Amino acid sequence: MKRQGPIILAFIVGMLMMIQFFTPWPRLQDVYNLFLDWKQVVLGFTYILGTWSLVRYHAKKIERRQENYPYSYVALAGLVVTVGAAAIWKTASGPYPWLFDYVQVPMQSTMFSLLAFFVASASYRAFRARTVNATLLLVAGCLVMLGRVSIGPYISGTLFGHEISLVQISDWVLNVPNLAAKRGIMIGVGLGMTATAIKIVLGIEQTYLGKTD
Amino acid sequence: MATRADLKTPVFAAAWLLLCASVCAVLCVSPARALPPQVKVSDTSNDWGTSLTVSWDKAPTSDSLLGFDVWRIEAAEGRAPAPGSDLPSASAALERAGWQKVAAVGGDDTVFVDSGLDHAKAYAYSIIATTASGEVAIGPAAAVRPSIQVLSRNRINVLVAVILFIAVILGLVARARTGAKLFIRKIAGLEAVEEAVGRATEMGRPILYVPGLDPMDEVATVAAIDILGQVARKAAEYETRLMVPNRDPIVMAVAQQVVRESFSAAGRPHLYREGDIFYVTYSQFGFAAAVAGLMIRERPATNFFIGHFYAESLVLAETGNATGAIQIAGTDSDAQLPFFITSCDYTLIGEELYAGAVYLSRQPLLLGALKGQDYAKLVLMAAMMVGIVLSAVNPEMAAVFRGWFK
Repeated sequence: MKRQGPIILAFIVGMLMMIQFFTPWPRLQDVYNLFLDWKQVVLGFTYILGTWSLVRYHAKKIERRQENYPYSYVALAGLVVTVGAAAIWKTASGPYPWLFDYVQVPMQSTMFSLLAFFVASASYRAFRARTVNATLLLVAGCLVMLGRVSIGPYISGTLFGHEISLVQISDWVLNVPNLAAKRGIMIGVGLGMTATAIKIVLGIEQTYLGKTD
Repeated sequence: MATRADLKTPVFAAAWLLLCASVCAVLCVSPARALPPQVKVSDTSNDWGTSLTVSWDKAPTSDSLLGFDVWRIEAAEGRAPAPGSDLPSASAALERAGWQKVAAVGGDDTVFVDSGLDHAKAYAYSIIATTASGEVAIGPAAAVRPSIQVLSRNRINVLVAVILFIAVILGLVARARTGAKLFIRKIAGLEAVEEAVGRATEMGRPILYVPGLDPMDEVATVAAIDILGQVARKAAEYETRLMVPNRDPIVMAVAQQVVRESFSAAGRPHLYREGDIFYVTYSQFGFAAAVAGLMIRERPATNFFIGHFYAESLVLAETGNATGAIQIAGTDSDAQLPFFITSCDYTLIGEELYAGAVYLSRQPLLLGALKGQDYAKLVLMAAMMVGIVLSAVNPEMAAVFRGWFK
């Protein structure tokens, strides 16, 4: 019953939601909206679970004096101070928005800006023209990059009697071969998602319940 | 018949001038826009009999048209109660006759969907056009009863496709049950899982598994958890530590359950460490920073990035690459695929993510379902070819054919 219960529940809810998609019956729409509300309520409670996991993880590190354990004090202090600031002074004014604007946002921006360096290192690796595919990637990448920068519109030439700028070539690469490949992937993803959903609803797929054989 | 000589006579010329002047006067003086002549009421499709669509012909050129008022009254089906005519304005006449104003729309509007109706009753509609010089009544239109549609007509094609897809999957599952051998092509990224887990074991270092950033209600996350079950089982068999940082608490709870079950199924429940499957933060780049730090500190020998990722994918994959870990990624996010392909040793592209757990477990029933996916793809490819040929040969038929897939 431990495994049968969730399978039956998944079947009933899955079928309800599937039928809901195909019929305009308002009762089923209400059920759908109710489930969405439940999801929000459940999500709220799961943050307690998440916070508990975080506290336990760092408390264990401190307790066992693991490597770099003093940083766990910082993590726990950050949690207590942020939650405390929101609880005491509310979120609209006081230290909470200050913490958000001057601590969290700059840290997130810093991490995000690191992407520029990672893109450079990844591009260097990808654009090494060792094989035909890598060379094609290099050429396509150069064309698209040059077509996107301000000098792009000024680089043009005549092809079969037509004036063609680099911007047009860049757009063609993005809108024809790139989009075709993307759509091929998306069709596969769509089928995969549908098949996975059907397998779960019909109880064929049970790995998410821990069944691995 | 007037001849050239006739045109020269003063009488004929005067008559001709008079005619031209009359035509000009009619064109200039009469309102530039004729008012809408009639109202049409029809049932709104794809609803549960709760709305009607009211439309009226638009006056083409009137500059003085300010807007339209939509009036409604319950009436016997097919009939329309006439408003009184002894009152100074059209709206007063309708109000006196029991009509109810339900909406006021702009002069450019020609359609109004009246919702919140009862499908047991019929409704008649009248429109009042408000112009600078006063009101003009249009209609009324005969009463129509909104009807119930059990199925959304615009989704019937999807329903047919889903039913066929389910039938194919069930058919192949039944075939797999009989012991028929189903061919599944090799997926390099999944073939490498065993090697990747073995490498971590040999090096005595942990395995890192990131199940994406999306919550549990996303199918990509379900697929990631399915693959996690298989990876955890192999990790348990090899007695290797498995770390699973999570961005979502529900995913964390499910991952804990799945890994626990996998360790039990492998006969090593005592090796399961709940603390290794933990929640980090909901912040996207906070999560990326924490996982990158984990990779630098713990130096996992194998990294799995399976699920739906966003911009942080490159931060994770490049950091893992810098630590020298063998990396297997899988995502359905087409925007992140190039980053994973560049920085990881193996990448599961799109649908391969959903095939992962089936491929690793080799459960016959699931293989049947996977094969069904391939057949559906074949049908879609054939449909695309038909579409291409029709577009070239008969564009009108191609348009109809495209409509089936909308």
